[in-house]
Amino acid sequence: MPKDTSIKTVLIIGSGPIVIGQACEFDYSGTQAARSLREEGIKVILVNSNPATIMTDPMMADRVYLLPLTAESIEQILQENDIDAVLPTMGGQTALNLCKEAEELGLWKEYNVRLIGVDIKAIDKAEDRELFRQWMIALGIQVATAKTANSFLEGKEFAQEIGFPLVIRPSFTLGGTGGGFVHDKDELDEALNRGLQASPIHEVLVEKAVLGWKEFELELLRDSANNVCIICTVENFDPMGVHTGDSITVAPSMTLSDTGMQLMRNTAIRMMRDLGNFAGGCNVQFAMNPETEEIIAIEINPRVSRSSALASKATGYPIAKIAAKLAIGYNLDELENQITKTTSAYFEPALDYVIVKIPRWNFDKFKGANDTLGLQMKSVGEVMAIGRSFNEAIQKACQSLENNAIGLGYYGKSLMRAEELLEYIKTPKWDRIFRIKDALMAGISVGTISKATNGIDRWFLSEIQKLCVLEKKIAEHTLATLPAELLRDAKTNGFSDAQIAEIMGHGNTEDAVYARRKELGIDRVYKMVDTCSAEFEAKTPYFYSTFDAPARSELNAGDLVHNESTVSDKKKIIVLGSGPNRIGQGIEFDYCCVHGLLAIKEAGYEAIMMNCNPETVSTDFDMADKLYFEPVFWEHVRELIEFEKPAGVIVQLGGQTALKLAEKIKEMGVQIMGTSFDNMDIAEDRGRFSDMLKELKIPYPEYGSAWTVDEAVQIANRVGYPVLVRPSYVLGGQRMRIVLNDDEVERAVVSLLKHIPGNKILIDHFLDRCQEAEVDAIYDGENFHVMGVMEHIEPAGIHSGDSNAVLPAFNLSPMEVTTMEHYSEKIAKALDIRGLINIQFAIKDGTVYVIEANPRASRTTPFIAKAYQIPYLNVATKVMIGANKLTDFKFEKKLKGYAIKEPVFSFNKFPGVNKELGPEMKSTGEAIRFIKDLKDPYFRQLYKDRSMFLSK
Amino acid sequence: MSDNQSPAILLLEDGAICTGKAFGAIGTTTGEICFNTGMTGYQEVFTDPSYYGQIVIMNAVHVGNYGVIDEDVESDSVKILGVIAKNLNENYSRKRAIGSLDAYLKKNNIVSIHDVDTRALVAHVRTKGAMNCIISSEIFDVEELKKRLAAVPSMDGLELASKVSTQEVYESGDPQAGIRIAVMDYGIKRNILRCMTDRGAYVKVFPAKTPLEAVKAFNPDGYFISNGPGDPAAMDYAVHQLKQILDEGKPMFGICLGHQLLALANGIATFKMHHGHRGLNHPVKNLITGRSEITTQNHGFGVDPDSIKKSELVEITHVNLNDQSIEGIRIKGKPAFSVQYHPESTPGPYDSRYLFDEFINLIKQSKNN
Repeated sequence: MPKDTSIKTVLIIGSGPIVIGQACEFDYSGTQAARSLREEGIKVILVNSNPATIMTDPMMADRVYLLPLTAESIEQILQENDIDAVLPTMGGQTALNLCKEAEELGLWKEYNVRLIGVDIKAIDKAEDRELFRQWMIALGIQVATAKTANSFLEGKEFAQEIGFPLVIRPSFTLGGTGGGFVHDKDELDEALNRGLQASPIHEVLVEKAVLGWKEFELELLRDSANNVCIICTVENFDPMGVHTGDSITVAPSMTLSDTGMQLMRNTAIRMMRDLGNFAGGCNVQFAMNPETEEIIAIEINPRVSRSSALASKATGYPIAKIAAKLAIGYNLDELENQITKTTSAYFEPALDYVIVKIPRWNFDKFKGANDTLGLQMKSVGEVMAIGRSFNEAIQKACQSLENNAIGLGYYGKSLMRAEELLEYIKTPKWDRIFRIKDALMAGISVGTISKATNGIDRWFLSEIQKLCVLEKKIAEHTLATLPAELLRDAKTNGFSDAQIAEIMGHGNTEDAVYARRKELGIDRVYKMVDTCSAEFEAKTPYFYSTFDAPARSELNAGDLVHNESTVSDKKKIIVLGSGPNRIGQGIEFDYCCVHGLLAIKEAGYEAIMMNCNPETVSTDFDMADKLYFEPVFWEHVRELIEFEKPAGVIVQLGGQTALKLAEKIKEMGVQIMGTSFDNMDIAEDRGRFSDMLKELKIPYPEYGSAWTVDEAVQIANRVGYPVLVRPSYVLGGQRMRIVLNDDEVERAVVSLLKHIPGNKILIDHFLDRCQEAEVDAIYDGENFHVMGVMEHIEPAGIHSGDSNAVLPAFNLSPMEVTTMEHYSEKIAKALDIRGLINIQFAIKDGTVYVIEANPRASRTTPFIAKAYQIPYLNVATKVMIGANKLTDFKFEKKLKGYAIKEPVFSFNKFPGVNKELGPEMKSTGEAIRFIKDLKDPYFRQLYKDRSMFLSK
Repeated sequence: MSDNQSPAILLLEDGAICTGKAFGAIGTTTGEICFNTGMTGYQEVFTDPSYYGQIVIMNAVHVGNYGVIDEDVESDSVKILGVIAKNLNENYSRKRAIGSLDAYLKKNNIVSIHDVDTRALVAHVRTKGAMNCIISSEIFDVEELKKRLAAVPSMDGLELASKVSTQEVYESGDPQAGIRIAVMDYGIKRNILRCMTDRGAYVKVFPAKTPLEAVKAFNPDGYFISNGPGDPAAMDYAVHQLKQILDEGKPMFGICLGHQLLALANGIATFKMHHGHRGLNHPVKNLITGRSEITTQNHGFGVDPDSIKKSELVEITHVNLNDQSIEGIRIKGKPAFSVQYHPESTPGPYDSRYLFDEFINLIKQSKNN
């Protein structure tokens, strides 16, 4: 069936602020959907309260509502627009739940709005645990033995019946919230209580645990004519028992025979066809008994999801884009393959590479949190890596994580003995994969590890063991004796140059390994992600690196094309992304990168994107002129720069991740677009920055730096208590503490040195009970423009990312605001900023102090752009690359009243962790709220509670 | 990376060379290079008689991960002549497997190479077209390899079906079943027979060049024309026989080579494709029902679309959504039809199994009349 022409205006519901379990993957899907519908001439109205999203940009929809995701907002939108249909499948669980609520209130009916993509009945069938179970039984599909309980008593009764171990799964919750394993009777009461409370309808499923079974996920598309195709099959490295969002996952499936594959495919298709009214993307999860190969259905999600975002990046197939077209009536066989442009969208992608996804956790931010992985998702972000083998991909994924890993391995940081390791890996934790490698290095067998981990497939472990064999061989050498063949094997198995140097020891350096392999002609080549494993010619510039070309010494003839990326004659700029999302560095930098790319293109350059975060819009295959899905890891960055020879590299848009590579890029002699490295370094280096402030006669809190406890105590006394103790060069105030006396200083410093040995410790006088504010600005070398002045509602001591910030300032005197603007300009000039700068202030007793300056895009840049409706990132990027001056633009700030940036937290994912706020950032996301004036009741409540959660 | 570090070399007819590592048997092998994009089902592919005479590049980067198992075979032996892969794995984890792929290939004396840039090779075959190649893990003198390669005949015009066809007549299914199907074996896959017997048919499989009288003596209710390797245009004996079968007016179903033979029997030309279709993900639209299906494919020859459009005798029932090639035909006014793809799949999706139902229904209808 072709497009339904009665649909002229569609409402897309976003997923709101980023929380654990629902992150920027929904910005990716929502953005794709909006573009896809507008391509069809359909008017798109969008609602989302998250200002850091691309989807809420004016360029993405015909009308954007930055409103809280509530039924009231929906009603307001329906009153103000003539909407034909609502697409609820793009905004995760939040959007589905809101749609259901609106349905119950009769809103859709009242305003004559159709649900497209899915109907309420299908949502219920899929989301309600008991309905799902009954449905599966009716279809003759096996499920785990289970019973639904609506009360504590019922739950206890069923648990007795089913027996331990079992699983408690609350209905209608996000990312497995409130769910968990119950190994014995003692754990039951608490688990039941938590589950019943977490479920909005106070319903839980008490289910037999199928621990040790293998877990698979299928990403499917179905159209209204019942055509179904499987876009991707994802295999979980971690067996059943770990939430898929917290599992290391691999695509395509590695250990599944065709018989097993088709069994899952057939079962999934039967489920999809029986789902009811549905057209779009869907996810089905199965568990397989490795002995008997029988399968059970775990769940079905009738919407796009984190997994479908991953599957889109893994295959190149834009699931959300096609899903949106299916929702408005198209059939799969009427659409074209977006990558090849010549073949059909109705097909199943074939992969000639392996992708590995590894989640990124932030347990360090949640003191006291249980860091055992289970049914409830705890990770805050993820990385994906592409390689021509599982080993290459998993090592690249480790290099992408940005936790100092140089590949799969701890390298001297692990001091566990074999028995300890074996015990440790029994529990799934964030670093289990690294410990498994250690255990294999220690000589523990694949079989023993598979058993200890309750069923990690032996194939994966055997592959990792090959890495150990290689590693042991490398360790026997120094660079001078390392055979070319071994070096090549190491590179095809994903070892980084730094890793090889580390393994060899004896002062071998990353640079020396790099030089040696260049000499041998062991070079990265770039392969295309084309959906069809090279069967058809594709023109989509989506690349990953691998080592597939013959080394110089090898026999080679003919015209085989090993490197598929051709370097154009155009002047190009590489934008470095921000890696995995984590607390302190999230979706806002994706927003910045997307705008950076678009601005670069507008300025006539070729825009090249490099990042490894599969949840992002900036890594969509048609955002940049060329996309390299690669770790933002020095070796990869360097080799790409050498290959593409860009006119410059932008590090201002990718947060701290990109910024910290600036020095090395500069040393290569490559231009950093915008502010120079040296000036950025002044801003980052506390000593140099304070010297500069002193020279500029700008007040700043007394400070000093120390390497030892004694020095620290001395400085603390000099600058005066209370003091702020923190390590240098960290993100989001990591490990920052406010302390009051010598004892506390000692404790704080000891703890810091233990976690980050050899780090310079910074000690600032803390301006107690002062007011905090920040300024975002652009400077082009001549002209200075203040984007916005934000005043924090909470007093100093709470990290700016965790504070409610009001734009413009609401309580500061005009004199104070002017002073801040004046200081900002002085700093921008002194640092010779080209592009963005963010400056944080403390105001006490009428004196304005500068706390810090960030010479890059900040967390608040997208917020200001949204609040004022000015494309600030576009302007800043053009200034950065020297294409424009600020005077080329007109700035008309359209805000009436005030905009509040509200932090959003995920503390409910960590039972037992209190919501305490301090100088270390804890929020996972943010929302924007517009208020008319300061009489607004919401604002007044915030203001009243401003000190409530302050801790140290 | 395999534990086996001994070298191997691959030379293509156009002079392209890859060096890699040996896997399976040590030796030298020649054949036509082709590629398969499927990500599962290597054992089924390796034992599929339609691949006879070919050396297969496996596009998926890991092959061998789940070992081998007796029941995942499509014939009694490995039919391919060599494997080219990125990573052939000796390690496997499937609990039900009986051995490793390496041991299996050794036992079947299949010379293979891995640790080569398969993606570059696939793109090469895609642009340059099908050609012969040689893999060796014993000869490393390129001139010698070239000499041997030059002696390998082109697939074009090659009759191979009779080489893989059964030598003996055999039966399958319940002899008491009400439906009797005569199967002309040009290299049939086992699962095709299973798809028919599962639907209540009793099948008798005849060697390629069995005289029609001997087939008719079975008193079949319908005929099945199997898949198989080689050039259909070199199979006059089969085309001639098929014409007679069509004249008889009984239901007839052909798959792959059988589809090409049906076309030839109706005066429609076949041709050697540039590089063929081999994989588990090819979309096909059924023009009769309007529904689409994901199909398993394995063919290097095709039915000429221009020739078919001019024909008064047949109508097109299925087309490939990727390249609009002819995927299915039926004979006007006769209960005979065929498809280019593999509805029995194995490996691959079950989407097209309905065609066996249709065949069985045709037979039932024809018997009732």
